[in-house]
Amino acid sequence: MNHRGLRRGVSNLMVGLVTGVVLVALLPLAFILVNLALQGAGSLSLDFFTRTPAPAGESGGGVVHAIVGTLIIVGAASAIGLPVGLAAGIYCAEYPASRLTWTTRFVADVLNGTPSIVVGVFAWAWIVATQRHFSALAGSAALAILMIPMVLRTTEEMIKLVPSSLREAALALGYPRWRTSLSIVVRTTLPGIVTGSLLAVARIAGETAPLLFTALGSQYLSFRPDQPMAALPLTVFTYATGPYEEWHRYAWASALVLILVVLVLSVGARLAIRRRFDFHG
Amino acid sequence: MSDLQPVASRTAPPLVRAPARTSASEVRMETVEVSAMYGKFTAVKEVSLRFAANRVHALIGPSGCGKSTFLRALNRMHELSEHGWITGRVLLDGQDIYGSRVNAMQLRRRVGMVFQRPTPFPTMSIYDNVAAGLRVHGRHRRAELDTVVEQSLQQAALWDEVKERLRASAMTLSGGQQQRLCIARTVAPSPDVVLLDEPTASLDPQSTQRIEELLFELKRDYTIVIVTHNMQQAARVSDTTSFFYMGTMVESGPTRQIFTTPADEQTEAYITGRFG
Ligand SMILES: Nc1ncnc2c1ncn2[C@@H]1O[C@H](COP(=O)(O)OP(=O)(O)OP(=O)(O)O)[C@@H](O)[C@H]1O
Ligand SMILES: [Mg+2]
Repeated sequence: MNHRGLRRGVSNLMVGLVTGVVLVALLPLAFILVNLALQGAGSLSLDFFTRTPAPAGESGGGVVHAIVGTLIIVGAASAIGLPVGLAAGIYCAEYPASRLTWTTRFVADVLNGTPSIVVGVFAWAWIVATQRHFSALAGSAALAILMIPMVLRTTEEMIKLVPSSLREAALALGYPRWRTSLSIVVRTTLPGIVTGSLLAVARIAGETAPLLFTALGSQYLSFRPDQPMAALPLTVFTYATGPYEEWHRYAWASALVLILVVLVLSVGARLAIRRRFDFHG
Repeated sequence: MSDLQPVASRTAPPLVRAPARTSASEVRMETVEVSAMYGKFTAVKEVSLRFAANRVHALIGPSGCGKSTFLRALNRMHELSEHGWITGRVLLDGQDIYGSRVNAMQLRRRVGMVFQRPTPFPTMSIYDNVAAGLRVHGRHRRAELDTVVEQSLQQAALWDEVKERLRASAMTLSGGQQQRLCIARTVAPSPDVVLLDEPTASLDPQSTQRIEELLFELKRDYTIVIVTHNMQQAARVSDTTSFFYMGTMVESGPTRQIFTTPADEQTEAYITGRFG
């Protein structure tokens, strides 16, 4: 047995192990997707995407109210959460030694570990209870609070990956600090920041608990942010726990639609980014 | 501040640069007892040096002796290091660059810097890399940028290799080409002084030779201060050499003299390779 052979054997073993572990990690994901498609695809129809639910007990109808609701609630949450998270992340990466950074990071880590239902209770106490009615905006606020620490930490980590030599080169060229930070450092790592932000959007799009006592859910198509509003995760929850066989099938289909919405959002944004910022490889 | 603002004629450089703006013996940059500290640690101790215009000045010395720190004091990059501070004076054309009315950003336009590793901006094209230093100082006119970009790339001996693909990403260039691109980017805003910190340390012999040849061209227009670990390189490219040892400047003089008849034992020991 010579050394070459031994080395190659160990190498093959390691590659095999790593491949196996990757497969184990991917297996649940594949299982979920296949299961969703099998159970949900049958109920998908044009009606499902274009109509509101039929009255209880009757069959037919769709979940357009929940699709629209999810887009509005998640859109408003992102409009608050993304800018705040990005700005705070950039600040923390730029001023790593400042006390404010230390505090921000600490708060973000605590928030990141807070169960989403607790954030929902918080939004309920501060917005729903004081206004005395449920509203989509309260849901968006809860989701935005969940989103900020996620966006903040990924942005900060991404910026830290940019080599300091790049920053120095810009400063040595006479770039002011803020321009160095934005048009060189952030710009260089933008694809990573976008990916991180999209993951955060996808994460909150699936949140159910914080919406239960904020946006509440609704049977009707609504565009009013100050009123209760439907959302796909809530629809899944309602249908899945309901008494009718058809509702259960609708729950599967709604879950499938939720996944599709997230998929379209992230793939679309990624394509847009790629076209806008062509990296020439 | 007004004295450090570029004079009007330099905002639109002619295609062919005017011959040296100053007589050869004129002192362009001078340090007066400059010490550079990191917190309580003194990395450079009371160094006084004069850099004549249109000359290449080499800084040599063993690793850790403070060459880079000293170089970074010359364009106020040292103060950006954590806990970096400085005492003494650095005069550019007689004016203290640490004076309260001097804007560090404007100053760095006049004292450019090239680093050991090529640092092209990865998201920018070749053209945009060279134009970056102009744009950041508010010069956006297309015709002017075109002219300066071409002229700078020519000065950096890179034009012929990239003129067909100015819009391609800077990352498509080889390491040696990237370093020449960085030189073009540094000279584009027409600095007075160009600082180079081991610019060939990460390059192959051929790229190194090209950059050494380049220095002969560049010194017609600029005052050059170069840090190098390579004794032959210092002997080949520089007019004057300063030997640093443990934070102090031990000896300085015409390169030929330093390499043939050094006055100091330590200098001799270092250049003959007995330590360092
Ligand atoms: N950011 C820093 N913080 C604290 N000390 C530093 C820092 N950078 C450099 N030093 C110290 O300052 C001294 C001089 O460092 P410098 O980088 O100037 O040396 P150098 O002559 O350029 O060395 P080399 O030839 O290896 O590049 C060294 O003792 C080094 O450890
Ligand atoms: Mg150094």
